[in-house]
Amino acid sequence: MMIEKIRKILKDHGRLNKDPWALDEAADLYQAGMTSHASVNVMLALEGEFEIEFPDHLLKRSVFESMGAMRDTIAGLTKGS
Amino acid sequence: MEYELESFYKGLVDHGLIVPVRVQGAFGRGAVFEDVLEHFNALVTHISKDDAAEVYTFPPVIDRTIIERTDYLDSFPHLAGTVFSFFGKDKQAKELSAKVHAGEAWGDTQGMSDVCLNPAACYPVYPVIAGTLPPNGRTITMTNWVYRHEPSPEPTRMQSFREREFVRAGTPDMVVAWRDQWLQRGLELLTSLGLPAKSDVASDPFFGRAGKMLADGQKQQKLKFEVLVPVISLEKPTAVCSFNYHQEHFGHVFGIRTADDQVAHTACLGFGLERVVMALFKTHGFDPKSWPQAVRSRLWP
Repeated sequence: MMIEKIRKILKDHGRLNKDPWALDEAADLYQAGMTSHASVNVMLALEGEFEIEFPDHLLKRSVFESMGAMRDTIAGLTKGS
Repeated sequence: MEYELESFYKGLVDHGLIVPVRVQGAFGRGAVFEDVLEHFNALVTHISKDDAAEVYTFPPVIDRTIIERTDYLDSFPHLAGTVFSFFGKDKQAKELSAKVHAGEAWGDTQGMSDVCLNPAACYPVYPVIAGTLPPNGRTITMTNWVYRHEPSPEPTRMQSFREREFVRAGTPDMVVAWRDQWLQRGLELLTSLGLPAKSDVASDPFFGRAGKMLADGQKQQKLKFEVLVPVISLEKPTAVCSFNYHQEHFGHVFGIRTADDQVAHTACLGFGLERVVMALFKTHGFDPKSWPQAVRSRLWP
């Protein structure tokens, strides 16, 4: 399940001050301690895990602000592949 | 007024304001250029005299671990400059000499030293203010030479230049209020010199794909502002002053704490001194003697 994989990546790369399994999908990850540099590592790990490449217009703070936002973006990128 | 790179550069050279050298972005500065620069910097000191900022001067080289610990090499690998030196004995010295005189690459005879070139005037300050701040925080000012690896024919884009910076460390409220006060002050200072200055939200030139995310985050959070003046382009004015709010970044890395034992927030602002001087030459002409009296009396009171 995609959210489960995203939680695992957040645990390894997100430098959150909370357990990713204790956060709901809409929780603001920046509020949960994710720094800008940590969000870059999350982005790279998502690309590896889901074999995608985020196009430049999606390399934005808002795309990575919650697990739900990441899931929707990744779903959009993998649709039809 | 026309804005054009080549004629502006030629004007600076023809009037002896800058002195070209073989590499780009490392030109010398003439006496008149330096006179304007020193008087502008003195004016910054004058308008901030009631702030009682602590004054430090650091050399152009700093502890290399500072750029390693602060993610500078993650954010700006393309701009950093690290000092490499010779660590060998006679045999290696001969090899170095032979390579140099044969016109061969000799970089492999060098090893990385403990210092790097200072990328921004404020970097050496943060480790110095580690520990617990006084209740009102600290305010520090410095004028330092900085290095950016971005050779360019554009005179406003230099490899080495001076920044007059101020740093504020304290609680988030203190730091943001100070930044906002200086944004206004910086605009007033530059407009009082007849410069058509405007402020805008900005982002740093972060490297690569990761950099696109970092820049977007910086803009969305309004962490960086610049004061801009047209120098070589009306559409793309030149940043002559920049304001960065680092939040907890440096406080966290270097262990800077507020008096009530929270991670301190920091912000800095810097005037790019050469750029301010170039903006003055562009706006008022290449001869300071012919500048408007109001501008002259402000700089040479």
